[in-house]
Amino acid sequence: MLSYTETIREIAGRLLTSGAVEMVIGFRKGTVPMMNEPHFAKTPAHAQALVWDSHCGINLANYLTDRKEKIGIVAKGCDSRNIVTHIIENKIKREQLVVIGVPCLGMVDKRKIAMKCPGEITEVIEDEGSVTATGSGFSQRFEKKDVLQHNCSLCIHRNPVIHDELVAEPVAEQQGVDRYADVRSLDAMSPEQRWKYVEDLLSPCVRCYACRNACPLCYCPTCFVDEARPQWVGKGLDPQDVRTFHFLRAYHCAGRCTDCGACERACPVGINMRVFTKKLEKDCLDLFGWEAGLSIDVRPPLDTYRPQDPNDFIK
Amino acid sequence: MKMITIPKKEWPAGLAKAAGSFRLFGPVKEKEFHSFKRLDNGQLPDFSFLNTRLSPKHLVYPQSEVMLTYSLDESRADHHIMKETAADTTPRAVLGIRPCDAKAFVLVRMNFDTPDYQDPYWLRAYESTTFVGLGCESPCSSCFCTTAGCGPFHEEGLDVLLADAGDHFLANVLTEKGAAWVAAGGWTQTADAKAGERLAAMRKAAEAKITSEVQTKNLNAAETTGLYNASFWEEVSFACINCGTCTYSCPTCWCFDIQDETRGKSGVRMRHWDSCMYPLFTLHGTGHNPRGTKLHRVRQRFMHKLKYFVDKYDRGIQCVGCGRCVRLCPVNIDIRRVCGMMNSLAASGEACAID
Repeated sequence: MLSYTETIREIAGRLLTSGAVEMVIGFRKGTVPMMNEPHFAKTPAHAQALVWDSHCGINLANYLTDRKEKIGIVAKGCDSRNIVTHIIENKIKREQLVVIGVPCLGMVDKRKIAMKCPGEITEVIEDEGSVTATGSGFSQRFEKKDVLQHNCSLCIHRNPVIHDELVAEPVAEQQGVDRYADVRSLDAMSPEQRWKYVEDLLSPCVRCYACRNACPLCYCPTCFVDEARPQWVGKGLDPQDVRTFHFLRAYHCAGRCTDCGACERACPVGINMRVFTKKLEKDCLDLFGWEAGLSIDVRPPLDTYRPQDPNDFIK
Repeated sequence: MKMITIPKKEWPAGLAKAAGSFRLFGPVKEKEFHSFKRLDNGQLPDFSFLNTRLSPKHLVYPQSEVMLTYSLDESRADHHIMKETAADTTPRAVLGIRPCDAKAFVLVRMNFDTPDYQDPYWLRAYESTTFVGLGCESPCSSCFCTTAGCGPFHEEGLDVLLADAGDHFLANVLTEKGAAWVAAGGWTQTADAKAGERLAAMRKAAEAKITSEVQTKNLNAAETTGLYNASFWEEVSFACINCGTCTYSCPTCWCFDIQDETRGKSGVRMRHWDSCMYPLFTLHGTGHNPRGTKLHRVRQRFMHKLKYFVDKYDRGIQCVGCGRCVRLCPVNIDIRRVCGMMNSLAASGEACAID
């Protein structure tokens, strides 16, 4: 995956030189280990700052919302599915985009690596299939598959679903993945157990909204939690308000979430709020055979009526 | 004041004794990371931490705080009258606070305690607190305190500075409050004459471990409008998702919102942290928002910390270099880099030209 960097720079440079796009959105190297910064290049020279490695977990579709330029965008599998969703939801036009597809082998989870290391990590070096984390007095090598973001380990759409350029040959999709084990374990709980689980899960939340804002789906001009007249939700840390925010945020993602993991990745206190969206993702799959963002030609189940839609809820 | 020695074997018993006259708070590890919590009876602060994930500013300035209560029940004589709430202002000690976080309270105080206005909620919590700092022997690679007016053994804002000296703590007692806490713990062993040198050596060694910095020397002289109109804000703000991670994890961010929360006929007036990153922060009643785009909001955060504050108080930047925003920003916006850009622009003289 490391060789992608050169190809991305070459494609971005070419697109900017020819005037095919006005900007290319990708990542530049971060200032701290295991972080890269979403970045735009407007000149071929700037395109040389673009990079690719296993720390590009932020979903770049988030940076397309309502933009007017012609844009080249670097897109791994999940980003491409959110680009499709953006196109379906009229947040960007297909004609505006040159999608630079990145066949993805998954992003590493910096918290997983940090928790396995005995001290502060000051450098992480990657080669094909592994990452080595170094700090004062230690150096630890990890197989990448053991430290993937949870969503990446469950991903079955690693290759971009739409692309105009492709930085490498498609990668093999993961087979036989049990994508919903966590949902089943939650379903198996009693209501009291599940309530307790959710209470514990959300107890560190500080309402910073990083999960919401890292999500490409959350583009409402005014989010319901920011409405002042009327005000729907309290602003503080009352557990009821915290739950209301998380539950409604998740419901707004039903049939749209691609499980890109940007929400969980962005959370400063390590909450796995994906358990909510995973449940809805599974419902959409079970009820409508639907996976979000696979085609720009099919309307999502929640904005279309089809005669064969399940009606069992009508008694 | 004076320097004393606290043998570690006397630490738990002394804390138990101090707990008789102080409510004790300290770093506690829960799941993934440390945070400052009220210590249970006999619970020891866990000093095996680099720093807490979030800053301890909530100890003095809770994220959500009840200011006043009221009743809307007109059958009551006191209906619609805002009433003070009781607050526990008995003495408490915060154990193991890092010098950067203690210094941050000094900066925040400039906002909450002025000749014209004194914020009673912040002040009563602050004044009832004794800050027992812990020298920072292993600063993180993203810490830049030494160029942000602070340092790993900085004493400003502390009542006692503890330094871990193996089988004992060296305790530099800095204030009367600190002396009262040491007395409450029953620690009386005056440190030997060389203790000051040892502490200075530890300080020097820790400062030498700081590898990261900010450049600030041109910020004060820079022309405000020039910085405001700098061309780099589009690039700086591009990645920003306008979440509150930087401001909520920052020990020096002090902005809040006031909300009345009513249930049935009774209610509370609350104060909640707010963030300049949020669109609602500056939304006017008319619907107009003077900081309507993320560029406006990102610029405000950096201009406030690195320019307006510098000009208003002449006490350096509104940052102690704890590095939390650098480590936690989901999209890697780095205040060190932005500060450098602002400082360079100021030096180049370009910031003097108004667009």
